[in-house]
Amino acid sequence: MTEQVLAPSSELLTRFPEVVTADTRKSYEGYLVDRARLVEVATYARDQLGYDYLSSVTGVDYMPDGLMEVVYHLYKTTGGPGLVLKTQTPRENAEVPSLVSVYPGADFQERETWDLLGIRFEGHPDLRRILLWEGFDGYPLRKDWKEAYYEEDGKPFKSRWPDAHVHRAEDKNPYQKNNSYPAGFNPETYTPEGDAALYASLNRTKAVYEAKAGDMDSDLIVVNMGPQHPSTHGVFRFVVALDGETIVGLKPVVGYLHRNHEKIGERNTFLMNMPYTDRLDYLSSLSNNFGYALAVEKLMGIKPPERAEYLRVIMAEFTRISNHLFAIGSFLNDLGAMFTPMLYALVERELILDIFEAVTGSRMMCNYFRFGGVARDLPEGIYEKMRELAFERLPKQIDEIDHFLSNNEIVRSRAQGVGILTPEQAIAFSAAGPMLRGSGVPYDVRRADPYSIYERFDFEVAVRYHGDVYDRFMIRIDEIRQSIRILQQALRDIPQGSIQEGKPQYQVRVPAGEAYGRVEGPKGELGFYVISNGKPNPWRYHVRAPSFINLTAYEMMCTGNKIADTVAILGSIDIVLGETDR
Amino acid sequence: MSDMKKENLNNTKYDIPPELQGQVSITTLDKIYNWGRKASVWPMMFGLACCAIEMICAAASRYDTARFGMEIMRPSPRQTDLMIVSGTVTKKMLPTIVRLYNQMPEPKYVLAMGACASGGGPFKEGYNVVSGVDKYLPVDVYIPGCPPTPQAMLHGMITLQRKIEAEHFPDSRWYSKGSLEAVPIPVLGPDIMDPRQFELIKEQSLARLAEQEENASQVDSVEQKA
Ligand code: SF4
Repeated sequence: MTEQVLAPSSELLTRFPEVVTADTRKSYEGYLVDRARLVEVATYARDQLGYDYLSSVTGVDYMPDGLMEVVYHLYKTTGGPGLVLKTQTPRENAEVPSLVSVYPGADFQERETWDLLGIRFEGHPDLRRILLWEGFDGYPLRKDWKEAYYEEDGKPFKSRWPDAHVHRAEDKNPYQKNNSYPAGFNPETYTPEGDAALYASLNRTKAVYEAKAGDMDSDLIVVNMGPQHPSTHGVFRFVVALDGETIVGLKPVVGYLHRNHEKIGERNTFLMNMPYTDRLDYLSSLSNNFGYALAVEKLMGIKPPERAEYLRVIMAEFTRISNHLFAIGSFLNDLGAMFTPMLYALVERELILDIFEAVTGSRMMCNYFRFGGVARDLPEGIYEKMRELAFERLPKQIDEIDHFLSNNEIVRSRAQGVGILTPEQAIAFSAAGPMLRGSGVPYDVRRADPYSIYERFDFEVAVRYHGDVYDRFMIRIDEIRQSIRILQQALRDIPQGSIQEGKPQYQVRVPAGEAYGRVEGPKGELGFYVISNGKPNPWRYHVRAPSFINLTAYEMMCTGNKIADTVAILGSIDIVLGETDR
Repeated sequence: MSDMKKENLNNTKYDIPPELQGQVSITTLDKIYNWGRKASVWPMMFGLACCAIEMICAAASRYDTARFGMEIMRPSPRQTDLMIVSGTVTKKMLPTIVRLYNQMPEPKYVLAMGACASGGGPFKEGYNVVSGVDKYLPVDVYIPGCPPTPQAMLHGMITLQRKIEAEHFPDSRWYSKGSLEAVPIPVLGPDIMDPRQFELIKEQSLARLAEQEENASQVDSVEQKA
């Protein structure tokens, strides 16, 4: 678990007196930086202190103080604890300098913060809304912004609890829908903004290209793909500018599955959020549970008992395997091997889902972790099933998948040398998980900043060095093998004992403070930033979503490749829209 | 198929002479036509959220929708009969969904899969979430669950087949005179706007404005007095 180490950052204090001050609020960590010199401090942290990896950027609305705060979590790719920088701005005309020039990976995250909290990032190259659409009224994560079905600031709502009244929210809305409009709004005279800003942004990229290419006798073509497209893994859209078949610019458009996790999460009680985390990356619900549980446990200062730790690791590693199987299957789909490899991958995934269903009660939405433990112990016969899978079946099946796919001529020619991401770029763009390790950066949170009981296990951080689509595909097979190794050790060593620290509770007391819990999810580093003010509901609940941040490098990886490669590259990133859009 | 055994097929009021039984069948157009349609429903390849994963599992080897003639998923709406709304419908996505529905040829069906598509589900209160696709499109079958298991999904599909089977030429909406009207496409403004509600929106927001002005003037007069 991350402990703040004072050494390097006290250097910040001496190097930037007046500008950098330690954050002294109770149970807060990190440093407050004067926004006027933020860029300078961040550059220093990156170049002199070695914090080269920007993990997360988010904003917090401290409405009672009239302040907005932007929080940056920095890490070193060589491992170790992180550095938290914060900068404050007044709520009115909130504005802080953009860090895109220092950490290109801040791009989408800053746009998200602008979109949802209305904090402007001075100097951002392309500050547009990202999850919502241009023209949307207001900044929904501000504490004074209320949705159409607003009832109260925090759950449980008085209208429903404890008397268990039921009403349809629709009945209280004049439109019988979840809608509301600003006063004096007239739809008949309104012109929607549409995609004007998106195309303006694409045109800027086009203009740069055209200026470089000089005299051209052909026009660039603009092609829209998605949000309904068979190979975009859900409702993802991108717009490409093409010169012939070569991509010269690409703008991803996300938000078609923006389900307002954070707004809902801040109305929920702490425990109520657990099932919502299942629905972030719905292919790996148990890893999501893990990250959120870690963050809240950090605030509460508790640790689960031994057996629960083992159960957590076992479930998380099974999740990683099932996620990677799905990723491999759908990647092959994207390459055009329509459905046959997918069928084979799904057979194994179903066996893992059977285990999930037996243990947690649900195939996909497991909702299994609790603060300080897990919800249930293993039912009878499941331990044997797990052993059978981990020791007998899965190793063989993975070899088979590897054997049939990895040397396949078509896979190789479609994937090798395509969509290259160099190690420097991967770090700069905050890529995580298989994307980072496929580019030769051996960074895995389980090793770099160990949580739970991962130090006990003997496994290698899978890494490959070409940074192309093929390596990102192969790394998933390597990781499945490593997960099987961890599973075998965990199943061998799991002790008997209790599975929950203290009594299970519906309403946990979470002391005031902030915490950032991160795990190595199958898609990459998954972080939860939680702020409690001692009330039953979190004041801030933010998810650092690897699928979302991995997309930041997508344009760069595609530029120069052919249009058909976009799909292969996207498949190799392995996004899940539930997490991308949240 | 079991339900198209000779006895079922032949239940019209005409008797077939004994020597021709087994070679000739007399049935109604409704029956034979609906039988063909229900055994070859082509769903649109279209996934929205978590439920889509269970839809894929239902189509894969263990559950296998092919057994019901539904395995051919088409990415183009022009080639499909069934839209499986498999997941949360968001406001940002809604115009696209309505447009896809309008592009499907008739007869067409909508299957709302899961709690979200049926009524907003766990995300109902979200500002970007539509509380049920039936606010905009006519839904034929609702499947409960979050996500519905593949078995529930299959049950939903069989229910749809029953519905198709019970259709009757003269009174089905596909075959009456005049084509069906397209569903008006919602517009993304400050919030999603249903063109059918433009009048109401105008009325309501003007009323809100008036209310605000009144409040403001009250505050003013109070201040003046003070
Ligand atoms: S009903 Fe549940 S599983 Fe289905 S889309 Fe909604 S949240 Fe996901």
